[in-house]
Amino acid sequence: MPEITQAQIAEMLCEQLASFAENEMVISAETNLITQLAIDSVKLLNLVMEIEDYFDISVPLNTLVDVLTVQDLANLIYKIKSASK
Amino acid sequence: MNLLEKLDAAAALRKAQLPEGLGAFGIPIEETLSATEARIGGRTVLMLGTNNYLGLSFADECRQAAHLAIDQEGTGTTGSRMANGNYLGHRALESEFAAFYNCRSCIVFTTGFQANLGTISGLVGQGDVVLIDGDAHASIYDGCVLSGADIIRFRHNDAADLEKRLRRLGGRCQNTLIIVEGIYSMLGDQAPLADIVQLKNTYGATLLIDEAHSLGVLGETGQGLVEMTGLLKEVDFITGTFSKSLCGIGGYCVSNHAQLEQLRYVSHSYIFTASPSPATIASTRAALNLLKNGCFLRERLWKNAHRLYSSLGKSGYKLGPQPGPIVAVILNSPQQALMLWNALMEQGIYVNLVLPPAAPAGSSLIRCSISAAHTPEQIDRVCSVFADLYPLTLQ
Ligand SMILES: Cc1ncc(COP(=O)(O)O)c(C=O)c1O
Repeated sequence: MPEITQAQIAEMLCEQLASFAENEMVISAETNLITQLAIDSVKLLNLVMEIEDYFDISVPLNTLVDVLTVQDLANLIYKIKSASK
Repeated sequence: MNLLEKLDAAAALRKAQLPEGLGAFGIPIEETLSATEARIGGRTVLMLGTNNYLGLSFADECRQAAHLAIDQEGTGTTGSRMANGNYLGHRALESEFAAFYNCRSCIVFTTGFQANLGTISGLVGQGDVVLIDGDAHASIYDGCVLSGADIIRFRHNDAADLEKRLRRLGGRCQNTLIIVEGIYSMLGDQAPLADIVQLKNTYGATLLIDEAHSLGVLGETGQGLVEMTGLLKEVDFITGTFSKSLCGIGGYCVSNHAQLEQLRYVSHSYIFTASPSPATIASTRAALNLLKNGCFLRERLWKNAHRLYSSLGKSGYKLGPQPGPIVAVILNSPQQALMLWNALMEQGIYVNLVLPPAAPAGSSLIRCSISAAHTPEQIDRVCSVFADLYPLTLQ
């Protein structure tokens, strides 16, 4: 995959997360995954597998402890992606 | 919100989700009448939701051994295996388990849950990786969290998905522990062990299998999936429990690697807990002997399992992917599962109700488990009650 920025990752995530949004809610980098998108622990675990496949990286579940918002998740993916180059 | 208010909020959410469903969990069993019947709510109920796969809970040999152990050694050991709780019986059971699996070493733990906690957290640590099946049991997941290793899930029973994740790990594979189960506790399906072993060898990883539900159930002598597939020597560590087919309580890890012994010195769930009671050890030793020689029990169990699985399928129910001693009926919603659970109870049949998040992939399950002790007549009655109730699931 070519170089990718945190902003681009966040944008992709917003698209991917659209299915979790209820009635016309717009997802942004600041959207909270748990309180606003109601992604429970099981959904989050499954979402992580999809993210791993989409970005072709490993996202250990234990690295998610500090992830609250879409931006946090984008930062984490960016960090992993940069380190795996 | 303070700590107690947080619990109140969680309880309110739970009640709101299924207001009428609270009676289904932790229902009191007033009297145990036999391996397959109990009194619940003042009525005799057929138990189709135990893990008593071989029906050994009242076996004479096991009861006598337990009585004798209480009389000779007392009710409890009052201490850890590393201190005053290490009796000859504990050592003997370990030798017998090692011999049963033809393996070098065995460690006995106080529960199967603790066996997974202690084994996993002893084998891997920070910087290592655990690759676990998406439907892994809570004890496996908790063991991984406790270990501090990087936790990565692969899609349930999907070897191609596992390979993708191994490939991404590159050089870290040699520090990776893959964990699967012989029979999965919720859907009752078996791991594709041959494919997983091949991947483990190709990528140089280590493999642990939890045979909790397959011990006594699969293989000629009941070793589990490792025996049925002829792959015992390819698996690095096997964990399991005494609480299901052996009708006791406790757990084990066996391995051909001599390094297993080191876990006794690092696993907190082994060191900082009291050892199993003498009666438990004695009945488990007797049960292991019956299990090993219990071909006829496995035959009866599987006959019952095939009969129930095919009959429920014919009645129209959506079931787990393969027949076995756990037959999971997959329902569309928690409400529907609860309705079926209540209707079965009314007909005097006890099954397990499993709701999200405990059930995989957001499903709701009526989980039936079968015993060698069920008579063909009991199974026939269950089949006909389920057939009559099928229209309920169309509402
Ligand atoms: C797959 C699996 N592993 C481990 C355990 C824990 O066994 P125990 O009941 O001995 O703690 C269970 C039982 O619930 C299980 O289903």
